[in-house]
Amino acid sequence: MKQEIGLLVVFLLVFLYDTFMPQRAGKALPVVSTVLLLLATAAGFCSHCLGTATSTEAFAGMYATSPVVCAIKSILNIGAVIVLLQSISWSGSDHMAVRRGEFYELLLVTLFGMYLMISARHFLLFVIGLECASLPLAAMVAFDKRHYESHEAAVKYILTAVFSSAVFMMGISFVYGLAGSLYFGNIYAALSAGTHSLMLTLAVAFVIAGMGFKLSLVPFHLWTADVYQGAPTSVTSYLSVISKGAAAFSFLVILAQVFGSLYSDVWEWMLYALIILTITVGNLFAIRQTNMKRFLAFSSISQAGYIMLGIEAFNTMGLTAMMYYILVYIFSNLAAFGVIGAIERASGKVDMTDYRGLSKTNPRLAFSMMLAMFSLAGIPPFAGFFSKFFIFTGAINQGSVAIYVLVLIALINTIISLYYYLLVVKAMYISADEPVVGTFRSSISERLGLWITVGGVMLLGIASCVYTWIFDLGEISPLAAYFV
Amino acid sequence: MFSNILIWFVVIPLLMLAGLALCRDIKQIRAVAVAGSIALVGLSVKLLVDYLAIRAAGNTDPMLFTGSWTWFAPLHINLAIGVDGISVAMILLSAIIVFAGSFASWTIPQPKAFFLWLILLSTGVFGFFISIDLFTMFMFYEVALIPMYLLIGVWGSGRKEYSAMKLTLMLMGGSAFLMLGLIGIYYHSAPAGQSLTWNILEIVRNNSISHGWQCFLFPMTFVGFGVLGAMFPFHTWSPDGHASAPTAVSMLHAGVLMKLGGYGCFRVAIYLMPHAANELAWIFLVLTGISVVYGAFSACVQTDLKYINAYSSVSHCGLVLFAILMLNTTAMTGAIMQMLSHGLMTALFFALIGMIYGRTHTRDIRAMGGLMKIMPYLSVCYVIAGMASLGLPGLSGFVAEMTIFVGSFQHADVFHRTFTIVACCSIVITAVYILRVVGKLLFGPVQDKHHLELTDATWWERLSTVTLILCVAAIGCFPNFFSNLIRFTFSPDIFAVLGMN
Repeated sequence: MKQEIGLLVVFLLVFLYDTFMPQRAGKALPVVSTVLLLLATAAGFCSHCLGTATSTEAFAGMYATSPVVCAIKSILNIGAVIVLLQSISWSGSDHMAVRRGEFYELLLVTLFGMYLMISARHFLLFVIGLECASLPLAAMVAFDKRHYESHEAAVKYILTAVFSSAVFMMGISFVYGLAGSLYFGNIYAALSAGTHSLMLTLAVAFVIAGMGFKLSLVPFHLWTADVYQGAPTSVTSYLSVISKGAAAFSFLVILAQVFGSLYSDVWEWMLYALIILTITVGNLFAIRQTNMKRFLAFSSISQAGYIMLGIEAFNTMGLTAMMYYILVYIFSNLAAFGVIGAIERASGKVDMTDYRGLSKTNPRLAFSMMLAMFSLAGIPPFAGFFSKFFIFTGAINQGSVAIYVLVLIALINTIISLYYYLLVVKAMYISADEPVVGTFRSSISERLGLWITVGGVMLLGIASCVYTWIFDLGEISPLAAYFV
Repeated sequence: MFSNILIWFVVIPLLMLAGLALCRDIKQIRAVAVAGSIALVGLSVKLLVDYLAIRAAGNTDPMLFTGSWTWFAPLHINLAIGVDGISVAMILLSAIIVFAGSFASWTIPQPKAFFLWLILLSTGVFGFFISIDLFTMFMFYEVALIPMYLLIGVWGSGRKEYSAMKLTLMLMGGSAFLMLGLIGIYYHSAPAGQSLTWNILEIVRNNSISHGWQCFLFPMTFVGFGVLGAMFPFHTWSPDGHASAPTAVSMLHAGVLMKLGGYGCFRVAIYLMPHAANELAWIFLVLTGISVVYGAFSACVQTDLKYINAYSSVSHCGLVLFAILMLNTTAMTGAIMQMLSHGLMTALFFALIGMIYGRTHTRDIRAMGGLMKIMPYLSVCYVIAGMASLGLPGLSGFVAEMTIFVGSFQHADVFHRTFTIVACCSIVITAVYILRVVGKLLFGPVQDKHHLELTDATWWERLSTVTLILCVAAIGCFPNFFSNLIRFTFSPDIFAVLGMN
């Protein structure tokens, strides 16, 4: 509960600052918000270090938290701080003057919604969190109001978000009909006692489809590329890491705590098919992209497939590998978006062909981008290698022959993904053409953001304490009781 | 931790990387590269001496200089290191080739970035050879692969972008199968109830991988490493990759990196899953037999010097895997000898080709001739390399191939003997393509009179080639020393399991 309260305090402070401070002081708002959220994140971590992150309940059991849940919130917080840091230059520009505050307020509200999604143990609270996390995002996607693509993206996003919520709630209403309660615990008990009907399969399918939209799993991914391309880069990076990470974790919570008893009967195979489709389609479409933001959209679709492997494993190792994967993915993807954002701000270029010869004009940016690509592709010694290896190890821990096949398909897909990640490296380092983007100096906040993310990419894997910390939390996770 | 001599094989390259990052001009870069590679050669010689001394004192542990430090405790991943005779030989080979390669890339453009990637590659190579933990081993394996992409892509020649991408994707494709195989081994590494392990020695001791799982995991790991060992039909990256790569990279890649494949096949696939190896070896024997003959025939019709040598590498590396699959001590000793021999000889070849290409700006043998008159030193070296390759007694190739074929022929059944004879034919074909090049390139009429103005080798080129020639001759003249170094390794475990020698 402390983290939610902390976030609300940050939100209120930002809101008051934005409302009551004079126009001149508005310039400082981005920095103020970043620092405040950083403090909240640090406070969240302190409660871990001091051992005060315990399992508690509130609102008559509608809300529950545990050390694992606190940890995943802290991970999301870190990502959000980096996103805010990277957005300082963008939101500091003059055309943002009157809307600057709104961006930060909306962003904090969506983060709060994600907290509720993760902690909810009752579908009512969950849906409130879901809407709270989705609707403000649509406004954020439309933030670049001078660009037509931004409007288009926002319309697509809001329509899919509303549609997916409708599908999701359809599933919940079926579940309510079957179990007579909206509490996760009660539903679990009712479902594991009762018989399996077609209605139940449909209910699970609707819930998975609804979450599939949020996570942009194939075939629910069609909105992703357009929205990622149209939204301002800071919003795209927020969508692709934080929103996705939160959805993935809450997806696991629902599947375990509500439908856990149906794992082998109902949803194991649904998820199995979704993972294969997601990874393969995401990868194959990414090959043809030339716009960097679209490219990373498809790359993030396939990455979501890898994250789902941790859920498919349905064991403690899968859970911890998934959390670790999300953490590493946040750092790798934000490093890539940091470079894209810096180049877009300086030159307005977002095409892969514009990156040709970048290593000659902006060697540091090119180097950061290369490390991000290597990490996303899973090349050692960067963090992405460890997270991929662990998620595969976690998945295979499930033990069936089918999972070996699934991991083999995923592994073959990593080769496809390596191809398109290397295309970026090739454009920056190997293409002999004249450089398109001239030498420029990125702002302090952008550089700081890149230092942090690149540092994370280099160290999160080799420094084994990060994984060990997450693993130890996973061991005591209340979710573990639901795993088969 | 740092009292263990093996750790320094990773620490020195890392220090070199740090040093290179601080360098400002070409002289400092050369100084760092030379100092580092001399240190590595010195260290590997010290390792060899120490190793022999400990063995002479009667120590019969399978691995010496072992050490293990916990890394990822929840997954039982350790930084476990240790060496036996084979690893010592491979480390020595790698150090020599890194040394020769540093001199062969004396005048490379963008030296700082080049050496950074090259040293990163060699970090991976050394790390791979000292590891006995499957995870660490695999990590170093991939660390060694990825710099190839940039080394070929940026500094290569010809169709470099295509070749670099093809090589990287094929090798990484192999490692995808490998990764699945390794994770599979991990989950069967200990009997039920005991804690799992990645450590090779413990897996051998537990001997708990069931027959069925062996038959699934053996092909995974063998193919995974076999791709890097240029096993047919996964060899196609090799000619393109080698032809496009810059000199030092070809040297290191053909000389050392392809040995990672053979070493891995032996150390992981066969060592950990001997039953499946015994049962399924015939499939891979057929494939590697094709590699040996097909590679040699392909080399006969090429006109590009690097392609000739690349196909010759396919043939020779095929012979390494072929011999490993014979599953007896003699043939395996031959396989390791062949790895050493081919590593040195092919590095010498690629170094010479690079030097010739640097002068004539062509690698097409139809456009060159009579080089013996123009650059006698390089030409003589080329003849020596060629003689080693076709198996002239007194040089390394003869020793290795002789041992392999004697070992293979020990199998009394028709299948093995037929394939041995087929593989033996490759020696004749090798002679054809080597003598064809030597005759045309070195002794034929001068094709281009501009070539008459070219100069012979510089001092750094001489240093690089002399080092390699001395080593080739050393193996040829003192084969017993090397076979004793290696042979001890084979005695205990796996042959006891298989009940054969």
